[in-house]
Amino acid sequence: MLTIAGTQFSSRLFVGTGKFASSQVMCQAIEASGAQMVTVALRRVDLHNPQDDIMGALDLDKIRFLPNTSGARNAEEAVRLARLARAASGTNWLKLEVTPDPRTLLPDPIDTLKAAELLVREGFIVLPYMNADPILALRLQDAGVSAVMPLGSPIGTNQGIKTAMQVEIIIAQARVPVVVDAGIGAPSHAAQAMEMGADAVLVNTAIAVAGDPVRMARAFKAAVEAGREAFAAGLGSASGTASASSPTTGMLTADLGFIEDR
Amino acid sequence: MNPFPDFARLRQWILRASEVDVRAALQKEQADLNDLAALLSPAAEPFLPLMAAKSSRVTLQRFGRTTQIYAPLYLSNLCTNRCAYCGFSADNKISRRKLTLDEAEAEAAILHERGFQHILLVSGEARNVLGVEYLEQIALRLRDRFAALSIEVQPLSREEYARLFRAGITAVAVYQETYDREMYKKVHLFGQKCDYGYRLDTPSRAAAAGMREVGIGALLGLADWRAEGLAMGLHLQSLRKQFWQTSFTISFPRLRPAAGAFQPLVPVSEKNLSQLLFSLRLFDHDVGLILSTREMARYRDGMIGLGPTRYSAGSCTAPGGYAHPEWEGEQFSVGDHRNIGEVSNALIAKGFDPVYKDWDREFQISLSS
Repeated sequence: MLTIAGTQFSSRLFVGTGKFASSQVMCQAIEASGAQMVTVALRRVDLHNPQDDIMGALDLDKIRFLPNTSGARNAEEAVRLARLARAASGTNWLKLEVTPDPRTLLPDPIDTLKAAELLVREGFIVLPYMNADPILALRLQDAGVSAVMPLGSPIGTNQGIKTAMQVEIIIAQARVPVVVDAGIGAPSHAAQAMEMGADAVLVNTAIAVAGDPVRMARAFKAAVEAGREAFAAGLGSASGTASASSPTTGMLTADLGFIEDR
Repeated sequence: MNPFPDFARLRQWILRASEVDVRAALQKEQADLNDLAALLSPAAEPFLPLMAAKSSRVTLQRFGRTTQIYAPLYLSNLCTNRCAYCGFSADNKISRRKLTLDEAEAEAAILHERGFQHILLVSGEARNVLGVEYLEQIALRLRDRFAALSIEVQPLSREEYARLFRAGITAVAVYQETYDREMYKKVHLFGQKCDYGYRLDTPSRAAAAGMREVGIGALLGLADWRAEGLAMGLHLQSLRKQFWQTSFTISFPRLRPAAGAFQPLVPVSEKNLSQLLFSLRLFDHDVGLILSTREMARYRDGMIGLGPTRYSAGSCTAPGGYAHPEWEGEQFSVGDHRNIGEVSNALIAKGFDPVYKDWDREFQISLSS
């Protein structure tokens, strides 16, 4: 069971709500994905309007709503959006996104850390979107975030886990759950992240723009479960050379003749 | 840190390991806790030359062809604890002495003249007569002459560690002695040291205070060394998670003959010690591994490059013993009697560079001002 800030989730797939053809398709896809955490861009919704097409469509009894600060270009804007979100929705959970470059939407490490420090002090449960930088992940954890969300590759690129080496370090050092976010373009990417030991993945574009989003959501659900099972089962390590039965033969040994029985 | 897994369960975990588990562990680039348990197990013993080669490769890659050199400076053998195994134990009739600041400085001057840049200040545990003020005074006197000053004294509070860090102390070593709670109770008969939990939390307090390096260890010969190894792995892993900016070291002190004539409760052979050291190296590629003069010259020379990264040299374990070799009151008798030059030559002969200076007081001056 995944636990973030004391809340348990049986699903390790988080889903974004952007880019869907309709709120109806979005809802069906979320349902099919089994996701219990759904992120929503504050800029896209009217939190004060119960008839809002996205907010009105979500079954908030079954899923936790995770507002994000998408569009914020610096810490100040992100903090302002976060306070608004809390006031309007009543949740103190927040996916922190600070993306000054509108083309790549890559996160600003400096302002993300600044905003995280401030928001944690204000009682927010902060899940920061971040580049796959292990030291930044540690600094954010020192600041008190409840999870870290490193990117696999730039958002919307469907390129998969290009940052694998860095994500592995982040996972090895993590004191909070690691959610791989952005760049996951295919269920195999999601499975790979889970096999590496990620605690969850967040997928949006790959589901929203698939030929059949509902079916793709189902595929991601299965892939995330398969990847997690494989991680829990303990993967055999890949090797450059074939090794049939006794894998340690032929490995180098050292001369320990100097050791005496004393 | 607490609760720490029960020692008996650590033993079971290790004894469950089969040859298949050992082979699997050796196949991996990075051993995890399960692999560590397998590598520490009896099933791994036939693989010792293979573990040594792998440990050597990993150590070479992370530390290069270098070995750090340091010397201990014993400040005092006064002690308020009664510990069954220790020469300084309050019960033992040995000649007791606490160096004056001038005497300590004279000892340091001798070590400096011999070529040491890194000294480890050691004392028995007697906080009333040897408190943080005394250590601070010594640090302030010595900091200009040495690149690095470490301490191995009684456990202190976080605030005290922070104060000593500002005074120029770089590193703290504090050994749990044994992670086996029952054995811990049996051998620690009286004094502050009886508090297992307080001691276990000490590395955390030192790291939290900003110490650049924190050393842990177990005194080998008190309880099952395999389980001590797994416990150290667990302790290290939890410290690394919490204190990612701190460097860590592990020491492997085997019980040596000492006043009180305590005999090791469990035998730990050189072969066992080697397996323990290689296992922890494969579990943590970056941890500093210290092999002191408790071990024989032959063994220490053989181990060069196989995993250890730091050697002491020319050590005397009696306070004032460098200036006054005739003074008694040592903690234990050493196994390797060679001086710094001889140890250095042994390293050089094996293609290793003896490193005396690997820190600079400027780091701490800029931090504290």
